[in-house]
Amino acid sequence: MLVRPKTGILDPQGQAVESSLRHLGFAVDAARVGRVVDLELDVADADEARRQLERMCEQLLANPLIESYEIELRPGA
Amino acid sequence: MSEPPRPRIAVVVFPGSNDDRDVQLALERLGATAPRVWHDETRLPAETAAVVLPGGFSYGDYLRCGAIARLSPIMRAVERFAAGGGLVLGICNGFQILTEARLLPGVLRPNASLAFVCRDTTLRVMRSDTPFTGRCDSRRPLRIPVKHGQGCWYADPDQLAELEVGGQLLLRYSEGENPNGSAADVAGVVNATGNVCGLMPHPEHAVDPLLGSTDGRLILGSLVDAARLSAALPV
Repeated sequence: MLVRPKTGILDPQGQAVESSLRHLGFAVDAARVGRVVDLELDVADADEARRQLERMCEQLLANPLIESYEIELRPGA
Repeated sequence: MSEPPRPRIAVVVFPGSNDDRDVQLALERLGATAPRVWHDETRLPAETAAVVLPGGFSYGDYLRCGAIARLSPIMRAVERFAAGGGLVLGICNGFQILTEARLLPGVLRPNASLAFVCRDTTLRVMRSDTPFTGRCDSRRPLRIPVKHGQGCWYADPDQLAELEVGGQLLLRYSEGENPNGSAADVAGVVNATGNVCGLMPHPEHAVDPLLGSTDGRLILGSLVDAARLSAALPV
């Protein structure tokens, strides 16, 4: 899961990263800092995994007032 | 004249709470009994007339401040208590927990400066007709310290306007004194029904002249007064 501040929400961490990158000479227009949550799930299929992950994001992993999330699925071993 | 009854105000202790003893001491000096209640409990003590969620760093502030603590067993009891009109006050991390639990509007984000702030602030009391500000005079600002890294209260513009009209923006930093970049200089809010309140400043650190201000007594003393009244009501 990728969780990041919604666009339009002040992101002081992103601003600090952006200005530091500029100091290093990189041309950066904007930076946002979020977090990655890696989970291993034992589920029947991708649809079931997605359903569960969406509920996890809504209930705990993201705060829907200020954060958006994306789900990325990879089949396990 | 006999001493007035001492209402029971439960102080919840989460792993990582660190202001629970200060809150307990302050409430007891102000005339309450203040048992500390471990987060693992599923019920509040009998005859609890109010609940305080104290400051600290519950669960190490992992994920988001308050996000894990609000799932503690005791929080089901606190939610039921609040739903029944019970008085709940969240201070700093307690405020963060109450917003994560959706018992209070908005959300607390990292300070705009990204720096931890620890200093006295001056607060405007927007209403003195709540259980948390009954002893305050809205013409007289309060001097109460803050100490937090994530006190930047945020609500979107529509919600902010609605809260202002509804009188829910209870405490605001004086102009030019906002320590964290919060929307509309908000330092504390109440819920729509007026029985749940959260604030970033620490009234429990401003109850003894030795520490400078005693204005914290006005907030916590208001809660003790209100708890005494609600304890007197038949259940």
